[in-house]
Amino acid sequence: MTTATLTSGLMAVRPEADATPVKETDMAATSAATPALVSTPDNSVSFGEHFSNFIRAVLPPLIGFALVIGLWALVAMKSADFPSPAKTLDAAVVLFSDPFYQNGPNDQGIGWNILSSLKRVAIGFGFAALVGIPMGFIIGRFAFMNSMLEPIISILRPVSPLAWLPIGLMVFKAADPASTWTIFICSIWPMILNTAQGVQRVPQDYLNVARVLNLSEFRIITKILFPSVLPYMLTGIRLSIGTAWLVIVAAEMLTGGVGIGFWVWDEWNNLKVEHILIAIFVIGIVGLLLEYLLLLIARRFSYGTN
Amino acid sequence: MNAIVKVENVGMAFETKKGSFVALKDVNLQIRTGEVVSLIGHSGCGKSTLLNLIAGLTLPTSGVMLCNGREIAGPGPERAVVFQNHSLLPWLNCFENVYLAVERVFSAKEGKEALRARTHAALEMVHMGHAAQKLPHEISGGMKQRIGIARAFAMEPKILLMDEPFGALDALTRAALQDELIGVMAKTGATVVMVTHDVDEAVLLSDRVVMMTNGPAATIGEILDVKLAKPRDRLQLAHDPHFAECRAAILEFLYQKQMKKAA
Repeated sequence: MTTATLTSGLMAVRPEADATPVKETDMAATSAATPALVSTPDNSVSFGEHFSNFIRAVLPPLIGFALVIGLWALVAMKSADFPSPAKTLDAAVVLFSDPFYQNGPNDQGIGWNILSSLKRVAIGFGFAALVGIPMGFIIGRFAFMNSMLEPIISILRPVSPLAWLPIGLMVFKAADPASTWTIFICSIWPMILNTAQGVQRVPQDYLNVARVLNLSEFRIITKILFPSVLPYMLTGIRLSIGTAWLVIVAAEMLTGGVGIGFWVWDEWNNLKVEHILIAIFVIGIVGLLLEYLLLLIARRFSYGTN
Repeated sequence: MNAIVKVENVGMAFETKKGSFVALKDVNLQIRTGEVVSLIGHSGCGKSTLLNLIAGLTLPTSGVMLCNGREIAGPGPERAVVFQNHSLLPWLNCFENVYLAVERVFSAKEGKEALRARTHAALEMVHMGHAAQKLPHEISGGMKQRIGIARAFAMEPKILLMDEPFGALDALTRAALQDELIGVMAKTGATVVMVTHDVDEAVLLSDRVVMMTNGPAATIGEILDVKLAKPRDRLQLAHDPHFAECRAAILEFLYQKQMKKAA
């Protein structure tokens, strides 16, 4: 099945990202910060300079989008099945003029579909954080637990979360908690591993300070361990939410109900290809927003460690 | 003689993949209350190892280490450490970094107001009162080290251990901080053990300079008494014959008797 290969392909990319969580955050943060710099008002810079900066920041992405839309229009002209950009835009206008209508359980507005997908992601993700973060602390702090659990995690982590879907269906006997369950499974690994790595990488200097001051275990956790691990934890969370958003679409295609993934499948059955294209954009934009939101949070908690 | 720290026949060996590596062997040293002792030697001579042993961050593989007549079994706030890289917690501002130490040492006896007053006094002592609310990454390297020193002094330790405290600073900042330290030591009468690789710094600040032989199995080679009146002024000392003698003695030890083989 195409969805399954797609997901597992993306999972394979993840370990590299795990290896350098902080660096990645920094790079992403700086690249995200560049457009903000351009818009900062500065009296010493003339209007003309502002304008040229603005053009330099905005022009390349615009060209990129224009190329994609041009290519798309070309394909649409050659193929009878493929809707043109204009037709898709028309369909999108209709779709988003009433995003929250409800005509029974299988025919709801796109807003409801997005929201119910987000809700599943939030629940599965929340449970994963509740279990994964404390587990990461335990694995990071105690070498015994690390050696005990590491091989298990190594075997389970590369498995596509969709492989766990039947188990979810069997245990919960319902589609909705089963797809939440797959989100839980796919979110938990990055959280465990990044938290554990963060705990293992608490600088020895800080621990020496704790030892010299003879701080209590409570103070060590609140003043040294937790703030030091937080950036790693947030990276784990960010990676998790990215995969969770990938997986929910696939899971919903398999389980049905209300949700953006199911909606894609439904529209395929209705042969409304323009709606599928709209869904692809919407999924992409929501994923981007989720990532950006977490990046903002991460930046709030990244201290200039040097 | 009231020695606060006694190091008797101490040896330190590290287990490595190639077998055991003897870093220190037969080290004997007594540190008296109120004196300032520098440990100097080529890199790799185990001077930081000796300091870590006194701090209790590592434990010796042989011999006895006593502080105040009791065996050193681990680190503790009566032996405060100023780390080379300042080791301030980046998520706490300067005030909070110092307060964390003050709170640990004095909260059993004193109220919050007194603890805050102590913290402010320590920051003022190193002239950093203005930066109390700043985070470490917002201030310069020299300022960070001042905060590190304030944190150590604020604990009113029996002995203050400094591991190349100014090693990471440029020459001008280093001189400013040395003068600062001279002032603080004069005010508090602190007992200080300091690791350094700077000959001038050793003579300027210390009552005794402990010169260590090259490792492996390093030990104390010579001990030099610096008989210069305190408080010392670096400009006057530049023309002082005893200062020059001390400098020469250390240089001779380091570059003739303990010439390091070309690495």
